[in-house]
Amino acid sequence: MALKLEQIRDRLRARFPEHIIVEDLNNMAALVIPQEIYHDVVWFLKSDEELDFDYLEFETCADHPPDLLAFVCYLRSLGHGHRIALKINLDRNQPSLPSLADLYANADWNEREIFDLFGVIFHNHPDLRRLMMPEDWTGHPLRKDYLHPNVVKRPD
Amino acid sequence: MGLIDNRIPVHMEKTPGGGVMMTRLASLLGKVPGVNAAVNEAKASSMWYMLFGLACCAIELMATGASKYDFDRLGMIFRATPRQTDLMIVAGTLTLKMAPRVKLLYDQMPEPKYVIAMGGCTIHGGPFYHDSYSVLKGVDKIIPVDIHVAGCPPRPEALMNGCLALQDLIRTEKLGHDRDRPGLRQITERQVPGMPPINHLPPGGALIRPNEIPILG
Ligand code: SF4
Repeated sequence: MALKLEQIRDRLRARFPEHIIVEDLNNMAALVIPQEIYHDVVWFLKSDEELDFDYLEFETCADHPPDLLAFVCYLRSLGHGHRIALKINLDRNQPSLPSLADLYANADWNEREIFDLFGVIFHNHPDLRRLMMPEDWTGHPLRKDYLHPNVVKRPD
Repeated sequence: MGLIDNRIPVHMEKTPGGGVMMTRLASLLGKVPGVNAAVNEAKASSMWYMLFGLACCAIELMATGASKYDFDRLGMIFRATPRQTDLMIVAGTLTLKMAPRVKLLYDQMPEPKYVIAMGGCTIHGGPFYHDSYSVLKGVDKIIPVDIHVAGCPPRPEALMNGCLALQDLIRTEKLGHDRDRPGLRQITERQVPGMPPINHLPPGGALIRPNEIPILG
């Protein structure tokens, strides 16, 4: 049975005493989760029978200079049909997270892409290399303050 | 690689498919009228192009090769290996990561070889000229381009027109001097000013600079 966002949030709050809040993320409600319990929360979301989030849809980041890098991932339960967004606010200067590759196989390339373009370090990732840019590239192009000699600024 | 050696009185030229065409051209050239034109005509009417595409323009290239527009009637057949091709149609956005690979493919093609740059992306970056960190702003920065076909993407008719223009260009060539046409074959540097060096050429990628190829006669 598909659960509502509030029910998912309450189940999580019952299990994790930490601060979990609901935030509006571009018209989709997201649970904002402390960085420390991120991996445990996803593990719980996946293994709990009623929640059963068995599919990792997507992982991405949003850059908010100067301090904030927001990591977002979308999970879906194919059996129950419910869906959830998790948001983790990272320190932009040293962003790091535990990898989800041990729970979802497709997290592997998703996280390599985020590492490549945003510079988030994923601990316990099996193979954290650049995915898109050349191997010897420096910098992370989707950071908003990224500069490259190849870039010709669009005239205003 | 076409080469004319002073010691052998023949002209050797790699033909598409890997054979070698030998004619006693060094002695015939200039004496028998029509040899030049005949060889050029043969070259122009069997331009085998390399089967590769980089982005959306490749779809249009495929459409041109398919039955409605039918490249085959120009004698143009795709080959899936650079060793058997005369023509490289760079169809699509060339990124900095892909650039050394394309350069390698170009270097693997036998002489005489030609390049058609298809679409705005290949000419100067096209829609990615501004604000792009990853797109090479013009393939003529790494390989010499004979024909530019503008458009985003160019229609198959435009590409056909480009191929006909290339055939006309080939018909004006003088044997053994096909690298001497002014304005062509001058790109030798892999380092583009203001850009990081393109230096991740895969192992085995020999770089032959056009002006180092011995052309005699
Ligand atoms: S020129 Fe236009 S159609 Fe062609 S590859 Fe570039 S963006 Fe795509």
